[in-house]
Amino acid sequence: MNLAIDVRGLTKRFGRKIAVNHVDIAVPEGQVWGFLGPNGSGKTTTIRMLCGLLRADEGQGTCLGLDLRTQSEAIKRQVGYMTQRFSFWEDLSVRENLDFVARLYGIRDRRRRVDEALDHLRLSQRQRQLAGELSGGWKQRMALAACMLHEPRLLLLDEPTAGVDPKARRDFWEEIHTLSDRGLTVLVSTHYMDEAERCDRIVYILNGSLVARGSVAEVLEKSGLHTFVLAGDNVRQLSRELEGKPGVDYVGFFGAALHVSGHDRDGLVAALAPYRARDGIRVSETTTSLEDVFIDLQEAAK
Amino acid sequence: MNFSLRRVFAILTKEFLQLARDKLTLAMIIGVPLLQLCIFGFAINLNPRELPTVIAVDDPGPLARSIVAALNNSSYFQIVAQTNSPDTARSMLQEGQAIFVVEIPVNFSRDIIRGATPDLLIEADATDPAAGSYALAAFNTLATVALRDDLVGPLKARAQGPPPFNLVSHLLYNPESNTQYNIVPGLLAVILTMTMVLMTCLALTRERERGTYENLLAMPATPLEIMIGKITPNIVIGAIQSSLILLMARFIFDVPMIGSLTLLAGGLTLYIVANLAVGYTFSTMAQNQLQAMQMTLFFILPTVMLSGFAFPFMGMPAWARWLGEILPATHFLRIVRGILLKGNGAAEIWPELWPLVLFTLAAGAVAVLRFRRTLD
Repeated sequence: MNLAIDVRGLTKRFGRKIAVNHVDIAVPEGQVWGFLGPNGSGKTTTIRMLCGLLRADEGQGTCLGLDLRTQSEAIKRQVGYMTQRFSFWEDLSVRENLDFVARLYGIRDRRRRVDEALDHLRLSQRQRQLAGELSGGWKQRMALAACMLHEPRLLLLDEPTAGVDPKARRDFWEEIHTLSDRGLTVLVSTHYMDEAERCDRIVYILNGSLVARGSVAEVLEKSGLHTFVLAGDNVRQLSRELEGKPGVDYVGFFGAALHVSGHDRDGLVAALAPYRARDGIRVSETTTSLEDVFIDLQEAAK
Repeated sequence: MNFSLRRVFAILTKEFLQLARDKLTLAMIIGVPLLQLCIFGFAINLNPRELPTVIAVDDPGPLARSIVAALNNSSYFQIVAQTNSPDTARSMLQEGQAIFVVEIPVNFSRDIIRGATPDLLIEADATDPAAGSYALAAFNTLATVALRDDLVGPLKARAQGPPPFNLVSHLLYNPESNTQYNIVPGLLAVILTMTMVLMTCLALTRERERGTYENLLAMPATPLEIMIGKITPNIVIGAIQSSLILLMARFIFDVPMIGSLTLLAGGLTLYIVANLAVGYTFSTMAQNQLQAMQMTLFFILPTVMLSGFAFPFMGMPAWARWLGEILPATHFLRIVRGILLKGNGAAEIWPELWPLVLFTLAAGAVAVLRFRRTLD
C-alpha cells in the first residue's frame, strides 16, 4: 500500500518551546485520518509542516512520495490545505475567489472547472455574493471547493467544522467520504468525537507528542479504561466526592449522569460500592467513550 | 446613572496593560517627540549660513582678493571652488553643487582705481527662494565694507560715497522668487512617498492580518510573483498621482517646465520604485495595519523635514544633511526641481540618480531577504 504521508521524527521548535516533538505519521492513500488533541498540542503546526508552510527543525519523510524538505513547492501543487480560520478573500465574491485560486494553480479550462466546483457544492446561487457575507457553513463549503479545485491527492483540513452547525457538519463529512472513496487521502483535525469516529484511523497528539493511534476500537482497547455510569437524583453533586478515591482516575459529566473511569476495574468497583446502596442512584458499567480516553490521557500527562 | 471609580480603575488598568504590550506604539510615544525635537531644535535653520559659493574671478587685483577674503570670513558664504571661467561656475550652479556664483569681472580692481564703477555679479539659485535670501541681502554690505579698507589715500573719497561697484544680482531659475515653484514640485516627492509607502506597506500586512496570507503561501505562488503582483498596481497609482500633480502644477500654479518631461518620467518611475521597496520592507516587518501606519509615519517625518522640502537643505548641520542624503526624497527633489526649473538634462541629474538607484537596490534586497516563503 502506498503511503500518502510518511514522516518520521517531525520536530518543530519555537524558541525554547517544542511545539511538535518527534512525530511519526504514516497515512495510506485513500484513507481518512482524524487528528485529535487539545488546543495548543501541535496539530496546526504539524499540518503546516506537512504542506510546506513551516520548515521542520528535525525529521524527514515524504508527502505523496515527494521529499518534505526539498520538494515543498511540488507538494504544494498536489495538496489541498484548509486553514483553521477562514482564509479566503472576504472582499471578493465566491466566484472571484475560486477564479483566483484556479489561476494561481494554472488550471486549464478554468471557467468550466469553476462552474463545476460551484455546482458540485451547490454554491452556484451564491457565486456573486461576497465571501465575507456568507454564513459559517457556506464559508466552509466555499473553502472546500477552493481547496479541491486543483484536484489534490491529499487534503489537509485544520478543524474545518469548528463553529459549523450540525447539519452542515454532516453534509461536510459526507462530502469527505465521497472524495475519499475516489482515492483522496484526508488528514483532518477536529475536537468532535463523532467526527473522530467517522475516520479510518485516529492519532492523538498531546504536548507535541503522539500518544495514541489506531482505529477508534483499538484506541479504546489500548487505553485499558473501564467506565461506569452513575445516574439518578443529584448524582452531579457526587463528582467532588468521587474524585481522588482509590481506583477512580477521572470523573466527568455526561448530561445528567456521571462517568467514572479508571484503569483498575476492581478498585473502581470497590470505590463505587457504597453508592450502589443509595436510594435513587443507579450504577452500571458502560463502554468507554473516546472522550473518556482522551480526557484520561490529558489528565495522566499532568 | 451610577458611577463607579472601581470600574474606571479597571478600564484604566486594562488600557495601561495593553499599552505596555504594544512595543511599537511605546517606541512612537518616545521616538516621535525625540525626532521632532532633534529636527526642529538642531537641524532646521531658517537663516541658513555657510552656503556653497563658487567664485569666478578673472582679476588678479587686490580689490578682488579683498572681496574673496570677505566672503571667506563671512558666515553666510562658504567658498567651495574658485575658477576663472564663468561657464564652469555656472555649470556647478546647474548641478546644484553651489547655490551662489560670485563673478568678479576682468579689470575689476583697475576700474575701481580709475574711478569707474564696474559690475559685481552675484547669481543665486532661486529654486528655493528662502534658502539664499538672507545671504543675498548681506552680500552688498559685505562687499562694500570689504573694499573700504583698501580704498585709502587718493581713493578715500570713493569709500565714503555709494558703493564703488555696481551690484548685479541674478535670481536664476526662479527670477520672481515664486515660492510655489519650489513647493509644488516638492509636493510631488512628499505625496508620492506618503501614498506609495503606505499603500505597499498595507498591501501585505492586510493579508497577514486577515489570515489570507497563510492561504496565499500554501498555494503555488513564489515571493517574487507575489511582490510583483502587489507592487504593480501601486506603480499605476503613482503614475496617476504624478500626472495629476504635474497637470495642476502646470495649469493652476504656472510652474515652469523647462526640462524634458520624458526624463522626469524616468526619474519619477525610479523614485516610485524606491518608495515601493521601502513600503515592501516595512510590510515584511509590520504585524498589523496599525503598525504599518506607524512605520510609514516614522519614514515620512524625516522625508518632509530633512529632504529640503520644508526647510532649506543647505541650512542644516552636517549630520542632518547626511541623514537627508540617505532619503530618496532628497535626491528626487533635486531631480524634479532641476528638470522643471533649471532645465537639467541627464548628465546634470546623474549625481542624484545613482544614489536613488543604490537606495532602491538596498531596500529591495532587504525586502526580498526578509520575505519568507514559509510562516516561520
